[in-house]
Amino acid sequence: MPKKPRDLTFKGKIGAHIVLVLFTLFAIYPVLRVISISLRPGDRLLTKSLAIIPANASLASYYKLFFEEPFLRWMMNSLVISFAVTVVGVALAATAGYAFSRYQFRGRNFSLIGLITTQMFPVTMLLLPLFIMLIKLGLYDSYFGLIIAYSATALPFTVWQMKGYYDTIPYSLEEAAMIDGASPFYAFYRIVLPLALPALAITALFSFMAAWSEYLVAAVLLQNRSLFTLPLGLKLFQSNMEVAWGLYSAGAVIVSIPVVVIFILLSRWLISGLTLGSVKG
Amino acid sequence: MKSAIRNQKSKIDRSGKGNRLAYLYTSPALIIMSLVVLYPFVYNVVISFSNMNLSHFLDWRLKGPQNYYDVLSDHQFWYFLYKTVLWTVINLVFHVGIGVYLALLLNKDLKGKTIYRTLLILPWAVPQYITALTWRGMFNSEYGAINLLTEQFLGFQIPWLSTEWGAFTACLITNIWLGFPFMMIIALGGLQSIPNELYEAADMDGANTWHKFRNITVPLLKPVMVPAITLGVIWTFNNFNVVWLVSNGGEPSDTTHILVSWVYKSAFTYFRMGYAAAFSMIIFAILFVFSWRFIKRTKATENVYA
Repeated sequence: MPKKPRDLTFKGKIGAHIVLVLFTLFAIYPVLRVISISLRPGDRLLTKSLAIIPANASLASYYKLFFEEPFLRWMMNSLVISFAVTVVGVALAATAGYAFSRYQFRGRNFSLIGLITTQMFPVTMLLLPLFIMLIKLGLYDSYFGLIIAYSATALPFTVWQMKGYYDTIPYSLEEAAMIDGASPFYAFYRIVLPLALPALAITALFSFMAAWSEYLVAAVLLQNRSLFTLPLGLKLFQSNMEVAWGLYSAGAVIVSIPVVVIFILLSRWLISGLTLGSVKG
Repeated sequence: MKSAIRNQKSKIDRSGKGNRLAYLYTSPALIIMSLVVLYPFVYNVVISFSNMNLSHFLDWRLKGPQNYYDVLSDHQFWYFLYKTVLWTVINLVFHVGIGVYLALLLNKDLKGKTIYRTLLILPWAVPQYITALTWRGMFNSEYGAINLLTEQFLGFQIPWLSTEWGAFTACLITNIWLGFPFMMIIALGGLQSIPNELYEAADMDGANTWHKFRNITVPLLKPVMVPAITLGVIWTFNNFNVVWLVSNGGEPSDTTHILVSWVYKSAFTYFRMGYAAAFSMIIFAILFVFSWRFIKRTKATENVYA
């Protein structure tokens, strides 16, 4: 009797579980370690303990982070910038992706390939001119430059991703609406866009993450400490002579939790979104 | 399927309004891209032929291809190029190897698959700079988790961050950790689209596991993996964050660099703008040539030309 292709023998199952458990431990250990350090009481930050739940666990680092450090200010800065980037990013990718999916126009293929090509630019290639440009325009050390720069970083990926998703929505839906007298814009806005909600969610996530987790561009374009974003702030804890491990770890946990949760919730859509484009061809 | 989509497009084209709408939809995105990408790109080309540096920041002038000669005759360039290639190859081998292997396991009927998958994508979900800074802490020679573990189980410590190749290995481990889930997810998506019947038919013909992997899994996974690997090479080659943050800007004494982190240091620590601009152009040229050859040979972007 031929066995099913996805079945494993008993031995095979045990082996598979062992391998998976080992890699899972590798994947989660650093995360557990950060959580563990963030819970250490103030006088025991530098111990040689490997315990995951530290002795006398306390929330002292979190308290200090929120009430004695400018953490809330960094968080506000990051939230403002990230939401602005998300709004701009979703609006631009939703419209551009639609045009690339539905219309054949001059410059279409060139633009699509150009978008991929931008991924090959080393970050300094754009950062150096951007730095010089913003200094000359007097926009250095302001949010505006940062928001524009971040909006552009996620676009190549999100435009391609939106295009791939629109490609799977049959054109007959818009056609039917237009026969009923809807304008092309109405057909796009009221019929196609709601169907593309999963792709829009991923686009929003990537735009948000591009801004929420970006260190380098911010490090070059911001100097005023009251404008600092979370990545710059957390790096401060590590760059002082004595590393503030408790504060850093508490900050890292708080910064990561929301993105990790959303990321995992969206992961099912993420898989199909990423593979669709290539499988379809 | 493909021809049907193309027919849809030609239908819209004939309406005549299509083009205007298409430009309307794409222009905001393309304007931002030109502002942040295209204009700086052109500017970068100009600077790369100039003498711009800290003492000539505003009164710079063109001086021809001198910067390109300077970069290419600098032994630092060749050394960091060698390191970057090593860095990219080792990372990709581990990313793809671990990723595909785990995907093959997760594609079987196993209890707790969803839990494994969820926990295994954790490294991808954590912001990259936090990953890098956290691993830097774990590589700390006295209090870092890694040395505490090696001491407890193996009885010795490794001076990770204070030696050239120790720091390089530390960067590698960090980047392998954060990169394998992406390949795993892509491979899993690809595996799920391979019909079971193919394997059943192969079983009837008496094929063994290796034959099935070699003749069914690999060729059908290829169209999904090739674009992912191309992207992976580009991202890894240009991965500034991990190298810079784990080695704290190239420590010890500017040896732990890949090309991008070195060019960043030349630009923003030493303010050799002209040199850095030419350097960036060369990095871009390397990646551009590699990607096009790779993509062309494997014809992975066929749908782009369609």
